[in-house]
Amino acid sequence: MSARIRVVPAPAKRGEVVEVSILIQHDMETGYRRDDEGRVIPRDCINLLTCRYNGVEVFRADLSSGISANPYLQFYTVAVASGELEFSWIDDLSVQGAARAGIAVSE
Amino acid sequence: MNQPGRRRFVAGLAGAIALVSRAARAQTDQLDPMVWVFTRGVPVQKGRVKLELPLLADNGNSVPLTVTVDSPMSATDYVKSIHLFSEKNPVRDMARFYLGPRGGRAKVVTRVRLAGTQTVTAIAALSDGSFWWDSAHVQVTLSACMDES
Repeated sequence: MSARIRVVPAPAKRGEVVEVSILIQHDMETGYRRDDEGRVIPRDCINLLTCRYNGVEVFRADLSSGISANPYLQFYTVAVASGELEFSWIDDLSVQGAARAGIAVSE
Repeated sequence: MNQPGRRRFVAGLAGAIALVSRAARAQTDQLDPMVWVFTRGVPVQKGRVKLELPLLADNGNSVPLTVTVDSPMSATDYVKSIHLFSEKNPVRDMARFYLGPRGGRAKVVTRVRLAGTQTVTAIAALSDGSFWWDSAHVQVTLSACMDES
């Protein structure tokens, strides 16, 4: 599972609100589709995604099959200090994923 | 037991429940168990939340959704969470987003799956304990999820 993270503006000024976007490669299988032999493809969705900013949780999402394949999420956070945004997620098959991106903050 | 009397009573009860639930439906499904679990019976007010979805979606597999809440996002007055409810999806509890005072701006953008033409509702929980909602109707030409292909 790979993911792409975008933080704008970069670098941000201290106290500025930055836009964080993440695109994760994941099928978000609904559990309603069938394969060529008629067998139900088991449900497999990312059900929890968290974002930590220098260790402090700033965003969390409970997702379901109602979110499109290759989930895209965009949210905002206040730039407090240079450091790292750490994303981690887990899907219905208990497969965990993680991604991180640097965040640069100027005075 | 007086059978016709009991039947009339049961019918009346069912009618009353239907009336109450219709009145509630007009203001974002107060009695909807899924909403109730979230709000615990606190009235959900219309406004402050803005849910943006296209009027017409050609493909229900990926519909852009933007939800914005009018909030200063300060340490004392912020949005705690935003819940998205679908009217017709097999999984009605679409997503929950937990924000906080570190958020800076109460706005989330994502892409959702919609199983047919329906109304999507967003309910926001604020730090002062109040709940606000908005909904948007989307015409979906090709629905998601339910196809067996």
